[in-house]
Amino acid sequence: MPVEIDVQHVARLARLALTEEEQERFRRQLGLILEHAENVREVAAVDVPPTSHPIPRSNVLRPDDPAPSLSHEEAMASAPEEESDRFKVPRVVEQE
Amino acid sequence: MAEADTAKATRFETVIGLECHVELSTATKMFCGCLNAFGAPPNTNVCPVCLGHPGTLPVPNEKAIEYTIKIGLALGCRIAPHSIFHRKNYFYPDMPKNFQISQYDLPLCVGGHLDIEVDGETHRVGITRVHLEEDTGKTVHGGATGRIGGAEYALEDYNRAGVPLVEVVSEPDMRSAEQARAYLTELRATLESLGVSDVRMEEGSLRCDANVSLRRPGSEELGTKIEIKNLNSIRSLYRALNFEEERQQVALERGEPLIQETRHWDEGKGITTHGRSKEYAFDYRYFPEPDLAPLEPDPQWIETLRAELPELPAARRRRFQDELGLSAHQAGLVASSAEWARFFEATVSAGADPRAAANWMTGDLAALLRETHQSLTAAKVTPEHLAELVKLLDEQVISSAGAKVALAEAFATGASVDAVVEAKGLRQVGDSEALGGMIEQVIEENPAPVEQFRKGKEGVLGFLVGQVMKKSGGAANPKVAAELLRERLSGSG
Amino acid sequence: MTAELCDLTAHDLSAKLAAGDVRAIDVLESTLRRIDQVDERLHTFLTRTEGQARTQAGLVDERVARREEVGPVAGIPLALKDVFCTKGIRTTAGSKILEPYVPPYDCTPWERLQAGGAVLVGKTNCDEFAMGSSNENSAFGPVRNPWNLETVPGGSSGGSAAAVASGQAVWALGTDTGGSVRQPASLCGVVGFKPTYGRISRYGLIAFASSLDHVGTFTRDVRDAATILSAIAGHDPRDATSLPEPAPHYGAGLDAGVQGLRVGVMEDWLGTEGVQPAVRDSVRAAVDRLVGLGATAETASLPHADYALSAYYLIAPAECSSNLARYDGVRYGYRAPGGGDVMEMNMRTRGAGFGDEVKRRIMLGTYSLSAGYYDAYYGQAQKVRTLVIRDYEEAFRRFDVLVSPTSPTTAFRLGEKTEDPLAMYLSDIFTIPSDLTGTPAVSIPCGLSPDGLPIGFQIMGRLMDEATVLRVAFALEQDLRFAARPPLLEALSA
Repeated sequence: MPVEIDVQHVARLARLALTEEEQERFRRQLGLILEHAENVREVAAVDVPPTSHPIPRSNVLRPDDPAPSLSHEEAMASAPEEESDRFKVPRVVEQE
Repeated sequence: MAEADTAKATRFETVIGLECHVELSTATKMFCGCLNAFGAPPNTNVCPVCLGHPGTLPVPNEKAIEYTIKIGLALGCRIAPHSIFHRKNYFYPDMPKNFQISQYDLPLCVGGHLDIEVDGETHRVGITRVHLEEDTGKTVHGGATGRIGGAEYALEDYNRAGVPLVEVVSEPDMRSAEQARAYLTELRATLESLGVSDVRMEEGSLRCDANVSLRRPGSEELGTKIEIKNLNSIRSLYRALNFEEERQQVALERGEPLIQETRHWDEGKGITTHGRSKEYAFDYRYFPEPDLAPLEPDPQWIETLRAELPELPAARRRRFQDELGLSAHQAGLVASSAEWARFFEATVSAGADPRAAANWMTGDLAALLRETHQSLTAAKVTPEHLAELVKLLDEQVISSAGAKVALAEAFATGASVDAVVEAKGLRQVGDSEALGGMIEQVIEENPAPVEQFRKGKEGVLGFLVGQVMKKSGGAANPKVAAELLRERLSGSG
Repeated sequence: MTAELCDLTAHDLSAKLAAGDVRAIDVLESTLRRIDQVDERLHTFLTRTEGQARTQAGLVDERVARREEVGPVAGIPLALKDVFCTKGIRTTAGSKILEPYVPPYDCTPWERLQAGGAVLVGKTNCDEFAMGSSNENSAFGPVRNPWNLETVPGGSSGGSAAAVASGQAVWALGTDTGGSVRQPASLCGVVGFKPTYGRISRYGLIAFASSLDHVGTFTRDVRDAATILSAIAGHDPRDATSLPEPAPHYGAGLDAGVQGLRVGVMEDWLGTEGVQPAVRDSVRAAVDRLVGLGATAETASLPHADYALSAYYLIAPAECSSNLARYDGVRYGYRAPGGGDVMEMNMRTRGAGFGDEVKRRIMLGTYSLSAGYYDAYYGQAQKVRTLVIRDYEEAFRRFDVLVSPTSPTTAFRLGEKTEDPLAMYLSDIFTIPSDLTGTPAVSIPCGLSPDGLPIGFQIMGRLMDEATVLRVAFALEQDLRFAARPPLLEALSA
């Protein structure tokens, strides 16, 4: 059975403005892909530990030594909009 | 009305838990080599990593890990043998990657406690966890009002983005605003002693959110939880909790249901206002940060760090009482801040009597600092000044009135106490030769009181001493004067 | 025909440069001429850097003239997939959302190659954010396969594969997250090598799926693969997942042969429905050649590999949904016009800035990580990953290498699979497992199909054991002597 997805909710979480056509298409395609992916549940038993990395390592750290920052001009060079040495964005509305 | 107040006070119990964020005072940021410094011009301490440029990768700062472990050890936590970073995903323009590298179900430190004292009683507040994450940038809301409400745009400065941030989460073990205040004070003092943070609430290097709920006494269940944000000082925490306690109490009295929400503290108005309701709870989509390896501190590393722990405020308080003879109250005052404790101990090692030193510090010196809005470290007065002052006073070279004047002068100018005493003529006159003439004069000028004293009216002596003091312009040592008078009058005729 | 300089291998050119027989600038000009001749038809490059390349080549020639010793990458024309950040050179990841982006820093592989005197001719076209198997997901239009302009070059590093196949670069770097180096190498008839995860630093490589992203190489032969790998491999303190072990010199021992080597043949993969007969025959013939060279061959199996595709299509989108969150129109890149608040700006920017496949995967990943689904999808997929790793460990107790087709088919026609994401995903079915396990694997050309398209032979090795993979590849390459060239090039020289 294809998985039913609340596409609008997911698109909002992902900050993607989707057309109605896209919503409908993704709802269908994602449902099928997830249905196909369901088979991962068949094999992964409780006693199997998850792997997040092929080569497990730990404590990969760096010393607390300063490295050069970008110049202010370099930092701002790609800014779509700038004001008062800061990145300018439209107003922020609190809440998700 | 009075009856209602009593009812309110007894019918509900307040339950408070605190989540405190601490910016660590490392030289560099959490995941890149940019400087971790307060107050730089906007977007100057930034690089491709902390700006979230495509392709960049985080590498954790070892010092930040060590600081976090030290905080955990100081709070009696267990240091997790295996801990990982997670990504906390949500969009906000102050967050360059639109996820925060944080910790989730496997934090670095778990299950500790912090003891606090309120009204002479010790309470133990549980620590749920201590974890490490990265700070966000700073948003300035621009436009007509300058506040987020009516803002037309926002400006982002990422200097602070990526600064190492420790979150200390307490158990809901506090029962009053006083206890919460004591907890935050004690936590701040502990962090300060560890030297891991500037703990400046006004600069945001220590921030605090409070969870408050009310319940019937004896009930095990927690009431509706309200989270209060934007608490920028210990005072605002205290005020906000008192306000919120009262607000919830009144609502519950009236039978109005409380909703689970986030509320903001408005320092100016002294009230909390509605922020975000629970139904807007973020879906953070936590998952293990794939760009980072787990943290697995070995016992040797942990023991090395444990050995580096300085004396913590609680231990210091005990030592000041047990070894230096301070009262619990005095010890609480001078031992709670590392800065004060350092000053106090230096004063004592310069030869001052501990109790006298503590009294002067918490009395006159504290008042002078308050009046001039200075910190002890920044003040011109030194432990040597205070030790000299206490010594001169003890040796009766100066009077306590003279000592106050000398301290104020040394505080203002940094001049040595000796010099001030000389310059201001504060030295007490205590030798019998110098006083002898004055005493003879006083006896001559006050025949009636002299007669009364001779007949056994002891109380008159004080009057006569006062006359000597007057003549000496306050410089006479009253004790010596009294002795000389007694000697003179009880002797030959 | 006489091969032009741009058609030679790097080791041939390097020898000629060192001997003073040719100048780096001549090699470069030959390459630039080729680009002028074919790029319009192939659409290989998104950004060309000939000005800078001429400077770099000139510097190499000066050093040679001063009789300074230059390294094996010096003066060799190189192309980089447009996901490698290059300071001052536009880097788009094949996406509209990064169309205006000029990085303020260099990725580690390019930093190392640059230090070695490499000559960068351009940034190659690719599937947007490396998501795709055909290069049709590039926001700037597809790359065409030099062997047949009506077919795809494979993806996602299709531009790099096509560049090396058509003489527009002597070698190139790509990235392999689900097969994105090996599959296009297979479809374009070049050598595509992906070393162990962490062997080459990912710093400066625009992330798709962090725990699966590998840097890989495209070369004309196996020796060149060993050479360029040696130049860029090795620990990088800026990548916490980079291997701390020093990288060996991969050229040494290449010619040690395969006598007594145990080859595990992925028979059930060969038998999979969807594997073209020509692919099956050609791979079997190559196995026979290995046996002829003294190796033993037996049937191998990876029982959980069937689940690898599913696990991959849960893990990769989940990581990508988070990795691509930073493209929000705030700090760099494209910002969509219009009013409203910052969230509306973010949504419009991402809605218009990302293409179809990227949006699909972001949606998939966001969904599978969202409240209540993490364990069912991402968590389970990470467990499958463990199972696949165990399968490999088991198989490598019996075998030194495992071999299979690189891809079930030769190059398919443009548009053939664009409407069916699942069919497209199957194109990577044999390459994905080695990305989940992080183990080294190579694709080398082993023949042509009846319709004249190259077939790739995949050799998979143990974790950290690039040397054996390369040794087997080298032995087979020497034996097969695959020398066919894309008809396009034959036509040029005719």
